[in-house]
Amino acid sequence: MAPASLALPPNARSWSLSFRAFQCWLTVYRRIWRSSIWSSVLGPICYIGALGFGLGTLVDKHGTASLGGVSYLAFVAPAILATGAMNTAVAEASYPVFGSLKWNRIYIGAQASPLRPADIFRGHLMFMTMRLAMNCAIVMVVMWAFGAIRSAWVVLAYPAAVLTGLAFAAPVAAWAVTVKIETSFNYIFRFVLIPLMLFSGTFFPISQLPAGLRALAYATPLWHGVALCRAFSLGTAPSDPIGMLGHVAYLSVLAAAGIWAGARTYRRRLYV
Amino acid sequence: MLGSSGSEVLVRARGLTKKFGSFTAVDGIDFDLYRGEAFGFLGPNGAGKSSTMRMIGCVSPPTSGELAILGADPVRNGPAIRARLGVVPQEDTLDVELTVRENLLVYGRYFGLPRRVIRERTAALLEFVQLADRANSKVDPLSGGLKRRLTIARSLINEPEILILDEPTTGLDPQARHVVWDRLFRLKQRGVTLILTTHYMDEAEQLCDRLVVMDHGRFAAEGSPRDLIARYCSPEVLEVRFDPDVHDAAADKLKDFSAERIEVLADRILLYVADGDAVLAAVRANGLEPLTSLVRRGTLEDVFLRLTGRRLED
Repeated sequence: MAPASLALPPNARSWSLSFRAFQCWLTVYRRIWRSSIWSSVLGPICYIGALGFGLGTLVDKHGTASLGGVSYLAFVAPAILATGAMNTAVAEASYPVFGSLKWNRIYIGAQASPLRPADIFRGHLMFMTMRLAMNCAIVMVVMWAFGAIRSAWVVLAYPAAVLTGLAFAAPVAAWAVTVKIETSFNYIFRFVLIPLMLFSGTFFPISQLPAGLRALAYATPLWHGVALCRAFSLGTAPSDPIGMLGHVAYLSVLAAAGIWAGARTYRRRLYV
Repeated sequence: MLGSSGSEVLVRARGLTKKFGSFTAVDGIDFDLYRGEAFGFLGPNGAGKSSTMRMIGCVSPPTSGELAILGADPVRNGPAIRARLGVVPQEDTLDVELTVRENLLVYGRYFGLPRRVIRERTAALLEFVQLADRANSKVDPLSGGLKRRLTIARSLINEPEILILDEPTTGLDPQARHVVWDRLFRLKQRGVTLILTTHYMDEAEQLCDRLVVMDHGRFAAEGSPRDLIARYCSPEVLEVRFDPDVHDAAADKLKDFSAERIEVLADRILLYVADGDAVLAAVRANGLEPLTSLVRRGTLEDVFLRLTGRRLED
């Protein structure tokens, strides 16, 4: 028995191994998608309905020059798309990752197969991306149904929103696999997600913030995601191609960094 | 690769060591595992058995020493080796939200098996572990014994050459344990090489052709269960139990009886002797009346006590 006969071509089948891990998540999801789909649909209806129409009626009465002259509904809906992507990403990348180590131990079972830690990570990330794609599509249908879309460029808001989600999912999953106690996740929810959701130009333009805070907002990923989705939904993107590329680059770098880090943190946690 | 006995060596370890920081879990062990045998690692919790199993399972890199599995290096060829191993972990890793059948499907896909092959093997494997009638049940409500059998079925989906079992019957009731032993015995008959850890001496005696007694990351002894008992234990063991008030005094007096060895445990005293009944009669003739007494044959538990000074299940 020569060792050579055992050797896998290095990396050649890497994506197919990741895809096997992804299929596991699909099988699990087929059992629970019905319950998850309801919250995915009702969430955006509530947010876009309450903010776009409820709050929007008040805002629109006082003039919307600072919003760029569009209705509050058109202003806030793409931000809800990007924020929803962030929330989906963090929900899928936090407890499910931790649980796969500690609760149902999916990762531990998968580890005994040919899958390597990096395959297990990438397979789970594929599933997170699929969930992002599903939820973002639902939000876009709700936006359309509420008449919140102003431009055909909106089709590009869809990949933009998925990319925004991935820029959160990959780094959060890379970190979540290292978490020892689940209460750590509450810090992320309380001190990262909520401030980001409030101060990233989501519900009011960033120009309303004091200068210092504004600089901080520019540095956060959600602001880039919101700006990107909004520019496509309102159709203002073509007037600022450099800005758009900047947003895409920022989000891509963050996602790539997360994918790079996850392969390492998963290995460090699982292969000990 | 052939060993000195002529049969093929599937796992070869020389000076195999695993350290976690300053703690040495496995301390330079040497062994060869041959195709078709059932090899056991017997030892108490913390002896280094699971760390050794994880290294053989290619999910933990050795700190130093040599390890070859199926002739290959587990660090460089982990995925290819794992494709030919089956693993029954200490704690089940079944997906309890899925059905019995879906658990096998998911696992078979990990190994890249086509769905048709998985379907065929699932039917045969569920038959083998006597779970065919539960194929479409969810896993969650199954008893511990059924879950264990499902874990075993799942570990066989890739038709492994080596099956690694870490504490295969810990936590099961006696009847469930016997069913698991029976199935493992049949696998061995089919030529599957079994590597198992256990802290149950009866399990080791039932299943293992050869075993090592492991303590503090090292091998304290190695051989077949029968050899080990013959080498490290007297033919018979007399167990006596006294009133706690006179326990210590009785232990002192018993040292005068010509036992090969005496072990004073917290609740009873073990005398290693050739003829248990004769010694018991002599003890009584000397005015020592135990509350209970038992003459039995030597077991691996006694071997372990002799070698390590501790009991297995402490």
